[in-house]
Amino acid sequence: MSADGGKANIIRLFNVSKRYGGKLALDDVSLDIEPGEFIIISGPSGAGKSTLLKVLYLAERVSEGQILIDGMNLARISPRKLPLLRRRFGMVFQDFKLIPNRTVFENVALVLQVAGEKPSYIRKKVMHVLRTTGMEKKANHLPPTLSGGEQQRVAVARAVVGEPSIILADEPTGSLDEHSAQLVLELLMEYHKNGATILIASHNLGLIEASIRGRNIALKEGKLQGISTMLY
Amino acid sequence: MSRSVKKALADIRSNRFLNLITIVTIALSILVVSVFLLFFENASRVLESWNQGGRAMVYLDTGFTPKMLPQLKERISGLGRIDQMTFISKDAALERLRKEMGAKTLFFESIEKNPLPHALEISVAELSGFEQLAALAADIEALDMVESVEYGQGWLGRFLRLFNLFKMTGYAMCSLFLLIALFITANTVRLAFYARKTEIEIMRLVGATESFIKTPFYVEGLFQGFLGGALGVIILLAGFLTLSSGITQNIGAYVYVDIRFLSWPAMALILSSSTFLGWFGCYLSLKQILR
Ligand SMILES: Nc1ncnc2c1ncn2[C@@H]1O[C@H](COP(=O)(O)OP(=O)(O)OP(=O)(O)O)[C@@H](O)[C@H]1O
Ligand SMILES: [Mg+2]
Repeated sequence: MSADGGKANIIRLFNVSKRYGGKLALDDVSLDIEPGEFIIISGPSGAGKSTLLKVLYLAERVSEGQILIDGMNLARISPRKLPLLRRRFGMVFQDFKLIPNRTVFENVALVLQVAGEKPSYIRKKVMHVLRTTGMEKKANHLPPTLSGGEQQRVAVARAVVGEPSIILADEPTGSLDEHSAQLVLELLMEYHKNGATILIASHNLGLIEASIRGRNIALKEGKLQGISTMLY
Repeated sequence: MSRSVKKALADIRSNRFLNLITIVTIALSILVVSVFLLFFENASRVLESWNQGGRAMVYLDTGFTPKMLPQLKERISGLGRIDQMTFISKDAALERLRKEMGAKTLFFESIEKNPLPHALEISVAELSGFEQLAALAADIEALDMVESVEYGQGWLGRFLRLFNLFKMTGYAMCSLFLLIALFITANTVRLAFYARKTEIEIMRLVGATESFIKTPFYVEGLFQGFLGGALGVIILLAGFLTLSSGITQNIGAYVYVDIRFLSWPAMALILSSSTFLGWFGCYLSLKQILR
């Protein structure tokens, strides 16, 4: 994959379309993303931002086109290999997807258990990440007893705990106040600095534009509107 | 593995009612099965003890004279594993009968000709079953010097046939109850699975393999099966202890009975089957759910 001289693209989309029934959620999207990039996917509600993230970790299959992740063609990934693909991603879901009857600690630890890490390492690592997201005091609480912002921070903690090479964050600051949002962004930047490729979907660019330097991918009605580089 | 065990225990605890019902169902099915097993083990042992050293009386036909005895003995020995053969001449038989009836009877004085046949009492070495004795008897009966053979086939045969019929019914009942327990276990797993549908979906999204997801269900199934089996055996033991002393006291005075609890192999068989049942119910359920 690195035949083209520069950095090999870690994510490549070739004419990707996703259809829900008759509706096109993604319409002929082609895109190359290099390792270590910080990508912001913007666009109004219903533009296809979440759908774009979902097809990347195979929560949804594309209707047309091809996706390569680190050279692997997603269309050819067997059900047995799928878990391994997903462990390369850290995901913040727009609806958090926390397990309601498991504690904050257990929710975050799940990622590491699934990957077969040792309990002693899991304990240390999870508590560390909960500290950096300001959730260590709530480690033994159940998600439904937390505020929206707190749940979001748990979701972010779970996304980063496995030190994935790619972090996909769907509205990671959507329910946060300015201060918490800033904290979460700084955390993501931290992982970015350590080499992770980061994709954030957001319809509210204000705060993110103010703090992040990266590429902005604008979507509208499933179509790629333009790619711009943000310096600030 | 220890994670799965902990998880399974937590799930059993969090879903107490359903699990309790499953365990009790398994226990009851296992109880039915082990009651039969207990009965058969004991009945077979008692019957065997009655059937031991099978004896038969060979009545010889009127043309038989004691001179032919060595030849007859030889032919009978040729048929099977005969332990002992005692010739009882018709005179000896009459004498024996006279003694048994007592001096009072004048009947014997009035007969001039001995109506009894010569007979040969044979005892048979370790026959594995009633059928074998019956076969041997038929062979002996076919000899030309022999009139008939008697070996208590009347009641024992009828009893054994009844016993076999009962055994068949027992097998059928056992299979039925085991099927019910299997069905209930499978259903519990299904319910537990659907109750955790979101959780499982989330686990998949963060990269859990199918075996990571399934293992706790299997551990839970094994636990349920084992606990159900153990509970069934314990209930049986309690029932056995309260009833058996009464039975031995009452019947033991008339016939030889030796009632014992299930043998270790039988208990091991019961526990491993119930554990297997828990596992298998889980397997069937997950196979069906996960395409
Ligand atoms: N599971 C689904 N079934 C049917 N239609 C869907 C499904 N998921 C998304 N869509 C449709 O696809 C389009 C794009 O949805 P998507 O969730 O990607 O939008 P979005 O850009 O993330 O919006 P938002 O900013 O509100 O999160 C929408 O019109 C939506 O109705
Ligand atoms: Mg969305």
